[in-house]
Amino acid sequence: MTPRPPTPSTIPSKLTVNLVLPYDSLLSAKEVDMVIVPATTGQMGVLPGHVATIAELKPGVLTVHEGNEVKKYFLSSGFAFIHANSVADIMAVEATPLDQIDSSLVQKGLTEFTQKLNAASTDVEKAEAQIGVDVHSALNAALTG
Amino acid sequence: MASNAAVPFWRAAGMTYITYSNLCANLVRQCLKEPYRSEALTREKVHFSASKWVDGKPEKPTIRSDTGEE
Repeated sequence: MTPRPPTPSTIPSKLTVNLVLPYDSLLSAKEVDMVIVPATTGQMGVLPGHVATIAELKPGVLTVHEGNEVKKYFLSSGFAFIHANSVADIMAVEATPLDQIDSSLVQKGLTEFTQKLNAASTDVEKAEAQIGVDVHSALNAALTG
Repeated sequence: MASNAAVPFWRAAGMTYITYSNLCANLVRQCLKEPYRSEALTREKVHFSASKWVDGKPEKPTIRSDTGEE
């Protein structure tokens, strides 16, 4: 196993990003200028030299900025580990490029779960319906934003 | 420092993080376009093969197949 690169004394010019899923690694040691991760505390921009952080992610869009290229992925949830040496490890269970999302299914899901939320009685049902609403709203925002 | 402060609503309802995360992933998979959707739904099928050990030897394994939760 290659050891982790040491923390350099000056801030590096690029951020190294690893985007991994349980079944695939979408980005592997890719050098980029900036990533914006959907943390539970809001959209968090990560530049090279970012303070070491562990962030829990909510369903939302991961934006990767490299030169003039901007790539977006929708993450279902996960964690982002930002290390002091400007390596960012982003772990998600599901990540898809935005063009693979079907907007009619998203709308259908959103209305279905909003109804379920209104009809829910037990705590568990309410939580599940709320999760459905959150995920579908985030998907919707990703497609329209 | 916040110690037992505001837990997420799903944890307050008794759900664990892994259940929450798998549920989110499940919902996202169902909103994909074909053919990605069918590929993704095959990923959901998980099964576990567990065997109890007795006297230092494993017994016949049992296969547990759950969909979704846990």
